[in-house]
Amino acid sequence: MHARTAAARRLTGLVPFLVLLALVVAGCNPERYPQTALLPLSDYAKIGDHLQDLTFFWAVGVFVLVEGALLYAIFRFRGRPDDAEPPQIHGNTTIEIIWTLIPALILAAIAVPTVRGIFETNAHPSGDVLKIQVIGHQWWWEFRYPEYNVTTANELHVPVGKTVELLQESADVIHSFWPPRFAGKRDVFPARQTRMWFKADSAGLFPGQCAEFCGIQHARMAFQVRASNPAEFDGWVAHMKTLGPPKPAVAAPAADSIKTASAGATVQGPQAKPQVPQAKADSAAPASQDPEYAKGEQLFKMKGCIGCHSLQAVDAPKGMIGPNLATVGSRAYIAAGWLKNTDENLEHWIREPQTVKKGVLMPNLGVTVEESKALRAYLRAHQ
Amino acid sequence: MATTVLDQHGVHAAHGEKTGLWSWLTTVDHKRIGILYGSTAFFFFLLGGLEALLIRIQLMKPDNNFLTPEAYNQLFTMHGTSMIFLAIMPLSAMFFNYMIPLMIGARDVAFPRLNAFSYWVFLLGGLFLNAGFLFGAAPDQGWYGYANLTSRQFSPGANVDFWNMGLQILGVASLAAAVNFFVTIVNMRAKGMTMMRMPMFVWMSFITQILLLLAFPVIAVALILLMFDRFFGTNFFVPAGGGDPLLWQHFFWIFGHPEVYILVLPAFGIISEVLPVFSRKPLFGYAAMVFSGAFIAFLGFGVWSHHMFTTGMGPIADTFFSLATMLIAIPTGVKIFNWMGTIWGGSIQYKTPMYFAIGFIAMFIIGGLSGVMHASPPADLQQNDTYFIVAHFHYVLFGGSIFALTAGAYYWWPKMSGRMLDERLGKLHFWLMLIGFNVTFFPMHFVGLNGMPRRTWTYPAELGFQALNQLETLGAFILFLAFSVFLVNIFKTSRGPRNAPADPWNGATLEWSIPSPPPEWNFQQEPVVHGRDPLWETKRERGGRLPEPAPGTGAGIHIPNPSYWPLVSAIGVAGLFVGIMLVHKTGPWGIIVGVAVLFLGIFNWLFEKGYSEFRTSAPGGH
Repeated sequence: MHARTAAARRLTGLVPFLVLLALVVAGCNPERYPQTALLPLSDYAKIGDHLQDLTFFWAVGVFVLVEGALLYAIFRFRGRPDDAEPPQIHGNTTIEIIWTLIPALILAAIAVPTVRGIFETNAHPSGDVLKIQVIGHQWWWEFRYPEYNVTTANELHVPVGKTVELLQESADVIHSFWPPRFAGKRDVFPARQTRMWFKADSAGLFPGQCAEFCGIQHARMAFQVRASNPAEFDGWVAHMKTLGPPKPAVAAPAADSIKTASAGATVQGPQAKPQVPQAKADSAAPASQDPEYAKGEQLFKMKGCIGCHSLQAVDAPKGMIGPNLATVGSRAYIAAGWLKNTDENLEHWIREPQTVKKGVLMPNLGVTVEESKALRAYLRAHQ
Repeated sequence: MATTVLDQHGVHAAHGEKTGLWSWLTTVDHKRIGILYGSTAFFFFLLGGLEALLIRIQLMKPDNNFLTPEAYNQLFTMHGTSMIFLAIMPLSAMFFNYMIPLMIGARDVAFPRLNAFSYWVFLLGGLFLNAGFLFGAAPDQGWYGYANLTSRQFSPGANVDFWNMGLQILGVASLAAAVNFFVTIVNMRAKGMTMMRMPMFVWMSFITQILLLLAFPVIAVALILLMFDRFFGTNFFVPAGGGDPLLWQHFFWIFGHPEVYILVLPAFGIISEVLPVFSRKPLFGYAAMVFSGAFIAFLGFGVWSHHMFTTGMGPIADTFFSLATMLIAIPTGVKIFNWMGTIWGGSIQYKTPMYFAIGFIAMFIIGGLSGVMHASPPADLQQNDTYFIVAHFHYVLFGGSIFALTAGAYYWWPKMSGRMLDERLGKLHFWLMLIGFNVTFFPMHFVGLNGMPRRTWTYPAELGFQALNQLETLGAFILFLAFSVFLVNIFKTSRGPRNAPADPWNGATLEWSIPSPPPEWNFQQEPVVHGRDPLWETKRERGGRLPEPAPGTGAGIHIPNPSYWPLVSAIGVAGLFVGIMLVHKTGPWGIIVGVAVLFLGIFNWLFEKGYSEFRTSAPGGH
């Protein structure tokens, strides 16, 4: 009787923890986490998700049984100091064999589908496959589409319903490419190619980030995956193909004066009318008419931006230190998936990269507020 | 003579050489070295805990600027490195030192001065590792130091060098200690104590020493290669020079996975001592416990690449390492079931050590189950390098090792200090630790699977991680409180009387047959053992509790002399590595001085008189 009330008191003591547990469970709803690995949107990710569900199912079952037995034992076998010595049992071979075999069987139930999953995920995709090169840099991502000869950065465009194969390499240290909605991570090495593949089954913009510690700004080496319907994707490719190199004829004169620089027609790419559905710049006056644009264009060269950033999606040079900016104006984020691409953020980022993302390879270049507005206007036009 | 309140201090003082700083600097007594290990490791444990607390404050809200990214990267690196090499390993070493000789009925370890040397090298290595903080250059590349981020090109500062040299120094200490305990256990067991009668803690410690002997040379080689890359222009891990950074990962985890068992097998041993005593029932399935421990250790060398599923090793390697990893769950399960079999049908005495031991089982189960979840590579591709893994290994190393070490601390405290710890504060410590631990680490499972990677100094608000991170930070503060209670308990009882009897818990093993704390010579008469639970058997024969034992006079017992040469040799080892670090500033002279000091220490150590009869030993050694 006394023992029973004590036990009941113990159980009531658990109430706050149950409440806390309920809160935690509510806080774990994957819908609240855009980067969740629990809501897979591709065939590849579903292989892993299925195995995770399977092992989780067994883990919960074992957890409930074993912890339940433990709880039972610690209440049932409470003793007092003056109790008689309990029976001195040294072991029981039958029971020991049983509890060795049962886990072995459970593991076999996990191992068989695991091995199948290993071979499925490691298989080379065949048929109509879009190959994309993923190149990790401290601390941003380069995406090259050899099939189309176009390049972009920090925003991976993939078509829905078509398998993409990612061929990955690093320009410096080891990174790990992790788009959780579409695939688990795959490490990215210098001088060694790794691969992974997936077929997206939903359109949208989804975050991902580097998952291997890669230096001071590992935390801010994010990216977006933009999965779009095939027509939309084709439109994007067509648009990207227009963002070619500047014409040789308009190699900039020694820029001693911004005012006298020939505004406008130097860069062909960015001014080309975007043909893509999501482009918003159709209504804008040709950027070349904007004096800010012209000033920004000059500054882009004078401040040395051009030394690290390419503005052409077609035939983009390899081995650039900074991300390709051919479409920076239309990207959802800047600073490697970190800051929303607002005018204010873009200007701040240009002015004080070392404040925004300490340790980034872009130095503070002494850009004034005025200059940052001009550069922003110039980059914004690169849709 | 036999009273429950003994003052061993008086007995020691009678010999006139056992107090003061010099006696500690020159001690070769395994019990004193154990206390030195324990207090040093506990200090580093608190330091590592404070580092964790700073990490948790930084992660309390998104885009937080409480810490700079450099500071954060240093703190997470030092937290991991400290907890593994400076806290859990040496806390286990405290029990190896203090308890193994007592449990096997020996008067000291096989090589007492080598034992002192291990401690001093460990202390200097720990200080060296932390010295980076003084120069604003604490290690910042992660405790696993993946190449090629550690190359001069990408880590030009001294941060990586503090880590590299620090670990090499600590490796010397670990290897020396492993040789010592291996030989001690093989050779110095009491008459009648066959291998299959050894206490389970001694068994698990024995297996741990084998792991140390086989695993540490691997990391030593890897660290030396890295040192050559950084100091002497080689290219073992530099891709531009034809090296391969992936090679480092294989080296590291061939050491790193056995290291997990180095951290957790002693914990298994402690639990296997505590549960029978407080259940008043022998350990269930002794032989199965021995063989499962050995099997875990053996398999531990065949699973290293499960840390590397995301590197893309291909389906054959993935399959092998996945299945080998799953296999480990079987002997681990056997252990958990045997512990429950030990409790089952017992008469459980709820003292503080038992609380922690049961807490260990409950928490370790969770860590084991999440471990099986990432043994499946396609699932692990999502889980790897997220907070799900952080949750998993904290359930193994905190819920496992730390809970068990705390159980051991409460269990053996009376033996080591001669004082009982306060039971009420002990239980308060337990509940705060259990709650704080789960509030801190359980949400990490969810936040990890929902997309939060490890080792990120901050996160953006829109990813939704804030709420659970706040909860985790709250838990970290509860843990802080828990260990404050422990400190209060230690402090409060240390001012009380020496009230611990020789056998406060009705123990089964030999250490409870001698006074608390034991005299320097441990056993006045060498014990003879007839079974697995020698003290229980003696008590049964004599029909109940034994009278309080007399410490004896130590007459005619050979005890090693104190010596400062182990300390000098240890300074030489540390000096050698400091010399290497400064090689571009001082040339080879730093190295030469270090080696000279080391040589001087070892030379004098070899030619000093090692043993004399206790009663006639002169103070200060030779």
